[in-house]
This record gives sequence, C-alpha cells and structure tokens, in this order.
Amino acid sequence: MLSDGALDRLRQVTQWPDLTGTRYELRGEVARGGMGVVYVARDRELERDVALKVIAVEAADAETAGRLRREARTIARLEHPGIVPVHDVGELPDGRVFYAMKLVSGKRLDELVQGGLSLRERLRVLLRICEPVAFAHAHGVIHRDLKPENVMVGPFGEVLVMDWGVAKHRPEAPVASGETHAPANPAPHATAHGTIVGTPAYMAPEQARGDVERVDARSDVYALGAILYFMLTGHAPGRPPASPEATTRTWVGPRHTAVAPGIAPPHELVPDLPRPLEAICLKALALEPEQRYAGVAELASDLGRFLEGESVSAYPEGLLGRARRFASRHRTPILLVLAYVVMRVVLLLVARV
Amino acid sequence: MAFPETHRSVVLAVRSPDAQERARALEAVVAAYWRPVYRHVRFRWRAREEEAEDLAQGFFAAALEKGWLARYDPARGRFRSYLLACLEAYVANEKRAEHRLKRGGGAVIVPLEGTDADGEPRELQIADGTDLEAEFQHEWARGLFALAVAALRARCAGTSRAVAFALFERYDLEDHDASDRPRYADLAAEFALPVTQVTNHLHWARRELRTTVLEKLREITASEEEFRAEARALLGAEPS
Repeated sequence: MLSDGALDRLRQVTQWPDLTGTRYELRGEVARGGMGVVYVARDRELERDVALKVIAVEAADAETAGRLRREARTIARLEHPGIVPVHDVGELPDGRVFYAMKLVSGKRLDELVQGGLSLRERLRVLLRICEPVAFAHAHGVIHRDLKPENVMVGPFGEVLVMDWGVAKHRPEAPVASGETHAPANPAPHATAHGTIVGTPAYMAPEQARGDVERVDARSDVYALGAILYFMLTGHAPGRPPASPEATTRTWVGPRHTAVAPGIAPPHELVPDLPRPLEAICLKALALEPEQRYAGVAELASDLGRFLEGESVSAYPEGLLGRARRFASRHRTPILLVLAYVVMRVVLLLVARV
Repeated sequence: MAFPETHRSVVLAVRSPDAQERARALEAVVAAYWRPVYRHVRFRWRAREEEAEDLAQGFFAAALEKGWLARYDPARGRFRSYLLACLEAYVANEKRAEHRLKRGGGAVIVPLEGTDADGEPRELQIADGTDLEAEFQHEWARGLFALAVAALRARCAGTSRAVAFALFERYDLEDHDASDRPRYADLAAEFALPVTQVTNHLHWARRELRTTVLEKLREITASEEEFRAEARALLGAEPS
C-alpha cells in the first residue's frame, strides 16, 4: 500500500506540467496561487535548482499567459538585490507559459515574525523591504500586493520581495519622490477601473474600492504600513480582536491622520508600544493617500530616525518628550557628566570640611 | 486533459436489474472502499485485525444483502459520506449485539439511532470536515491511487511502456527526501536512455496515472457534480 509520502507525491505529480523539450526537470511543488503554481526544478544546462512559476491548468488562458509574461518582464527590469531575478521565460508543450527564477531559501515574513524577533530586528527587516519597493517605484512599478506572505527573509538576513503578478506600471510617472501623475498613455494592459487586485487586509482603501486611477506609490506605502502593523501587533489591520468601539470608530492619529474604521490603534493590542512608532504606522495607514507618507523613502526615513532615537515626522513631540528622548539617546554621556558633577560636589564638600 | 467520460458509475450500477452487472459494480465498490472501511473499523472502533476484517467483510455483505448501496440517493450527498454513515451504524449495531450476547442476552438487534426498525441505516449524514470523515477520505484517496497505480502497472507490463512505469516507480513512487531523489541524468544512466526520454516517459506515466485515477473516480461517484467535487479535493485543482 502507498505510504503517506508516496500518496502526497502522486497527488502532486498527476498535476505536474509537461516539461518535455525544456531544460528543466521538476522536483517538487513549492506553492500554489490563483494564477500559477511554483515548482522547484533542476536546470540541467546550468546544473542548478531554480523556481519555476507555471500557469495553473485551470487558469490557462491568453490573458493569464500575457500576465505571467508581463510579470516576468517586470521582474527582469527591476534588477535589485531585494527582488528575485528572472532567468528565463518559456512555453510548455501544452502552450502554458512559465518563467524560471532564482530559488529562494528562507522563511516567509509572517512565519519569521511569529518565530519571535526583537522590535529593532523587525524594524530593520521592514527597512530592507522598503528598499526594493522604493526602487520599483523609481522605475514606475507599483507592487499592489505587498503582504508578509510575499516577503522572504533568507538565512543571512537578506530580504526579497516576491510575487509581482499584479504589479502596475506607470511608465510616464516615476514616483520615487512621491509625486504622482496619471499616465498620459496608459499601458494597454492597465487594470480597468473597478477591478480589485491585491489582498484585502493589506490593501489601501482606494485599491479596495477599485479606484485604479488613484492607486500609486502611496498605495504601496499603505501596504507597508499594514505590514508594520502586523509586525508590531501580530495581526493584520482590521483583523485583531479589537475593542467593540474600534470596529465602528475612525481612529485619528497625532497628525490628524484618520485610518479606516475597524482598525484598532496598535497600542490597544501592545500597550507599551512607543507612541512615535505607532504614529509612523498610522500615518502610513491613513485613509486618504494625501495624509500618508508621500513615498516609501519618507516612510523609511522616519523608521530609520526612530531606530536612531531621533524625532520622527509623524509624531509631534512636546518639550518633555524631546528631553526624554534626548536623555534616552545620550544616556552614557549624560551619566558621565552627572557622575563628574556629583564627584566635584563631593570633593568640594570634603574640602570645606 | 479532458475528463474520462467512458466509465460508467458503479455506484449507480449496483441497482442494475442485471445480476452480473450488480456483482461487478459491488466488486468495484469493495475494491475502492475495502481499505478505508477496514482501517476505519480498526482505529475508530479499536478492533483487532481479524475482528476488523470480519466487520469489514460483514459490512459489505450486509450492504449488498439489504440493498443499502442501491438505496443511495446522489441528491443527498457524497457516496463516501453515505457509505461511512452506513458503516458507522452497522458496526455500532454489531458491537451492541456482541455486548448483549456476552451479557447472556438474546441476539435481537434493537434499532439504533439512525437505523430503521429493520436495523437498516436511515439517511445518516456525517458532516464533511470532521476528523472521522477526513481520515476516511484520506484512506479512500490512498486506495484510489493504489488501484490506479496497479492498473497502470498492469497496462505497462510486457509492453514498450514497461520502462516508463519502471522510471515512474523509481522517481515518483519510491520514498525519497528532496535531497536524495535521483536526477533525471542518474535515471538516464541507470536505464541507458537519453535524458529527454526520461522526461518523456515520466510525463507519460504521470498523465496516464491521472487519467486512470479520474477513470476510477468516475466509477465510484454517482453524479457529474460529485465526480468534479471529488476530483478537486483529490487532485487539489480543477482538472480541465
């Protein structure tokens, strides 16, 4: 009788695509999504393992084929250490399109966060996520499906942003600075108004409404804010067990940035969360794109400043707050000066006696 | 890859007026369900091996004799769930009767919950998704694939496709870790074939296995809807 392992494998291999005539041999299935299936395959020519993304049988049509080819081209254009390189695009004997990319080892961000990382480590990972996203924006590409499941963290801390399948091209409007303009000639494959692509919990409100014209770099800023929310609280925005009033209330952050109803402020879930960090998160998650960070660089800058113990743009600080932060940031020299002053006072008193 | 349409449902054939067809149908049902039934009795009812064998045997005999299989109505759920409900009622009844005999009581079988006055199962429904159902389904899938592999082996034996099955057996059937699974080049050397032939043979064997699994599945499901739902559950995706 078949072992459990053999049964699992047979259930997989009966679904495997025909790689006859290609340089790849399939070794196992890695992941399955709506559009495609990712396999581990051996590239016989270069004698290395690769990841092969193939359109799923049930999704195989001309539109999906075009989409997968565009995805491959998008990734190929974005040469960045934080974006998985594409090696090859091809067609199977049954006409299905596939592309081969670097095989990434590591953990998905959602698994990594559940495994327990310090706050500083989590923020450093988020900063690394911001780099390829900002790079893509500078090249006119909006990811539109950023979420913890689409981020891989390698064994040496390398961070890779995956799954650019629903990325949007804005070739006329490089948006690295945060400025956005509607493209003069939208690409022929542009998503139609009203079409909703992405993952609800991490999706910017304008994206969730299918308001395609308003989707720009700030929609990715929202998703990064949602990822930050997840990294801080362990829950996606709107998904945590929030207080009853949070489900109907619109929470307004320190700079009067309103977030969508139903999103509980992170401190309700993690009471000792530093308020400046919460303010960064809520600014990125602002309901209106105009109230968010203008671009990923600005978000990354605030995160970096928080890590360095500096003031952040999202959080207005009083005198006391600034003094506290100054004291916390310069603790050692302050203690040394204090120790020196105390010693001088003691010496002075001793001399008088 | 199209659904195989030629294989008639044996689940429906068990009510055929033709005795030979009925017998063939029952044989096919027993082949597909023997192991899941046996294991269910063994582990759910904690029966010893011989006892589980006897109960499994007795269940199929009773199902035939009392017309349980013929009474299955496809409109009311999956055949697998119906069979499991029948089995539960049958074993419970048998256990009660056994218990009563041990206490010195008579052998009169009192109707169980879910059985009618004749001790025959009513329309018991076991909700999909329960552990009981999941375990039964897992064994059923194992049995179905085992039948398909055996059919493929028999079809290839003594033909030019024997090498395809041998490659398939080495690469896909044998238990390997990802690290020690042979490469196509290793298999090509072992079978003195070009690597491209290894690819071709493996693809052929996998495609044939899939077709055979779907053929077997069509036999043991009663409706197109049930067949498609089971195919999705079994193969993880809608075959087209």
